[in-house]
Amino acid sequence: MPSARRGLSFYLLAAFFGLFVLFLYGPTVTILVLSFQGPEGGLTFPMNGVSLHWFRNLFQQQAVGDFGGSFRRSLALGLVVMVLTVLFSLLAGFAFRRRFVGSNALFYLTVASLIVPSILVSLGIGLLFNILGLEPTWYGSAMGAHLTWTLPFGLLIVFAIFNRFNPAYEEAARDLGATPWQTVRHVVLPILLPSLIGVGMSGFTLSYDEFARTLMTAGSFNTLPLEIYGMTTNVTTPVLYALGSLTTVFSFTIIGVVLMTLAGLRRRRLGRTGGAA
Amino acid sequence: MTTGPGAGTTVELVKLTKAYGATVAVNAIDLRIAAGSYCCLLGPSGCGKTSTLRMIAGHEDVSTGDLLIGDRVVNDEPPAARGTAMMFQSYALFPHLDCVDNVAFSLKMKGVPVEERRRKAREMLDLVDMGKYAARLPAQLSGGQQQRVALARALITRPGVLLLDEPLSALDPFLRDRMREELKRLHRELGITFIHVTHSQTEAMALADLVVVMNQGRIEQAGPPRELFNRPHTAFVARFIGGHNVIRSADGLRAVRADRVQLGGGDLRTDGTVRALEYHGTSVHLSLDVAGADDFAVIVDEARFYDAPLAIGAPVQIGWNHADAHPLAS
Repeated sequence: MPSARRGLSFYLLAAFFGLFVLFLYGPTVTILVLSFQGPEGGLTFPMNGVSLHWFRNLFQQQAVGDFGGSFRRSLALGLVVMVLTVLFSLLAGFAFRRRFVGSNALFYLTVASLIVPSILVSLGIGLLFNILGLEPTWYGSAMGAHLTWTLPFGLLIVFAIFNRFNPAYEEAARDLGATPWQTVRHVVLPILLPSLIGVGMSGFTLSYDEFARTLMTAGSFNTLPLEIYGMTTNVTTPVLYALGSLTTVFSFTIIGVVLMTLAGLRRRRLGRTGGAA
Repeated sequence: MTTGPGAGTTVELVKLTKAYGATVAVNAIDLRIAAGSYCCLLGPSGCGKTSTLRMIAGHEDVSTGDLLIGDRVVNDEPPAARGTAMMFQSYALFPHLDCVDNVAFSLKMKGVPVEERRRKAREMLDLVDMGKYAARLPAQLSGGQQQRVALARALITRPGVLLLDEPLSALDPFLRDRMREELKRLHRELGITFIHVTHSQTEAMALADLVVVMNQGRIEQAGPPRELFNRPHTAFVARFIGGHNVIRSADGLRAVRADRVQLGGGDLRTDGTVRALEYHGTSVHLSLDVAGADDFAVIVDEARFYDAPLAIGAPVQIGWNHADAHPLAS
C-alpha cells in the first residue's frame, strides 16, 4: 500500500533502523573526521583546525609502531589465506557432495572451530609451537590460526553455493561427452566463479582484521591489527585516526575493486551480444 | 555412434529395474522401442518414467536387468558412448556460454578446432531456427528459444536416440502446441528414435507411435495411441488417458468411451442426473451422477445436445451398445 497513510509502526521501525545505522557507522565517521585534525589538535573534539598533517605524519618515522611493515605483512597473509581458503573449501565442498563414511562427524569437527573462543585457539597454537620448540611467526603459526577461522567459514559458504548449483549442468556436460575434469574445468568452475570470488573476499577480510587468533601466534613481527592495538596504548596523537581512516579506505577500495570485477565479468558475458538484448 | 538422418537405433529394456534402497522405482520392465519410432513414456509423477529415461541416458545406474541400444548391452557405458543425447527438463543450458558455444560444447570436448565447431554449431542452430540468436546468452532467451538451443545442442552429437525429459512442461500452452509440432517435424526429418517423458496424455497421443503408460514402476500398457484409446487394458489406463467411463458390472470392470454414451439410446441402459455441463464448441461435456460409477462423463455433439437441451439436476436416461463396453483386467 504505497499510497496509503503510513502507520505508527513504520515510523517506529524507521527510527530504530536510523539508530542502528548511526551506531554502525557513527564511530567510523567520527574517526574519519578526527583524522583531519589540525597539527595542534588532540585525540578528541573540538577540531583545532583542519589539515592533512596526521596523514603526512603517518608516513614519517614513528617513535613507536611500524605501520608500513605490519600493513605489508597483513596484506601478504590475507592474500595467502584467501587463496588457501578458496582452494581447500572448494575441494572440501566437492568431497562433501558425496556422502562418505564419517562425513557428518568430519563436518561438525570442522565447524566446531568456529565455536571455540578465538583466543583459546590462538593460545593453544602458541603453546604447541612453544612445546615443539618452533618459532611462532606471522606467516607460519599465525597463518595456521587464521585458517582455523577462514576454512570453516569458507566451507559453509561453499555448501550454500553447491546447494544452489543445479547438478543438471554436470549431467548435461557428461551427456555431451565431457570427462569429469572437463566438466569441472569448462562448466562447474566458470559457473561458480563469481561465488568463489566471494569466498576469497570473506577469507581475505576475516584474515586481514583478525586480532584474537593472531595475538599469541604472530611471533616477533606484528600484523596490522596487532600493531594498531599496540599503538592505541602508546600513541597519543591523531596519527592513530589517520591510520584508521586509511585502512578503512583500503578495505572499501578492495570491496569496490571486487564488485567492479564481478560487474566486468557479467558485462563481458553479455557484451558479446552487442546490446542485442 | 555417428549416425546420419534416417539412422535411428532400437532401444530394448529387459527386466530393467531401478531400486533406491527398499524403494523400487522401476520394477522389472520389458519394452522394445523400434528404430526411428516416437515413444512417449506416460504416467503420473512417481510412476518411474523419469527413472527409466535416466537409466537409458546413463545418468542413473541400472540396478538389475539389461539395457540394449542397437544390439549392444550398454548397462555400464558412459552416456556419451551410448549414442543417446538427452534434453533436460530445465534445458540445463550452460549460463556462461552463448548459444554457439553451448551447441558446440560436445565438439569442443572432442577437441574439434574452434572455427570448425562454431560453423557446425551455427548450422545446427539454423536447423532449429535459432541462427539469428547465435550470440545470445541463455538468460537472454525466452523459454521456447532456450528449448530450441537445447535441442540443437543434443542433436549436434548425431545421436541415434534423442531423450526428452518433460520437454514441453515449462512452456505456456500456446508455445507448447507450437513446439509439439516442431518436435514432430524434427522427428520426421531426422528419422532418429525419440523417447519422450510426459505426464500429459494429450501430448503422448499427439506425438507418439508408441505410448507406454506406466504406474508404480510397472508398464500398464504399451501400444499405438489408437490401440490404447480404444482398447485400454486396465482401469488405470482407461482413467489416465481420459475420455473413458469405468463401470462396475456383474461381469467385472468395463470401459465405455464418453463419446459413445448415448442419451436415451443404446443396448444397455441406466439412469442418472446431470451434475454439471460444459460447452466445448464442437461438443458438450456432461458430468452425471450414476449409481455404480464414481464420475460419469458423457460427450455429446453440440447440435444434437441443443435439439433437446438438459438442465443441471435433470434426470436422464443413458445407454451404450454391447460393442462399446470394453472389458478391463481387474
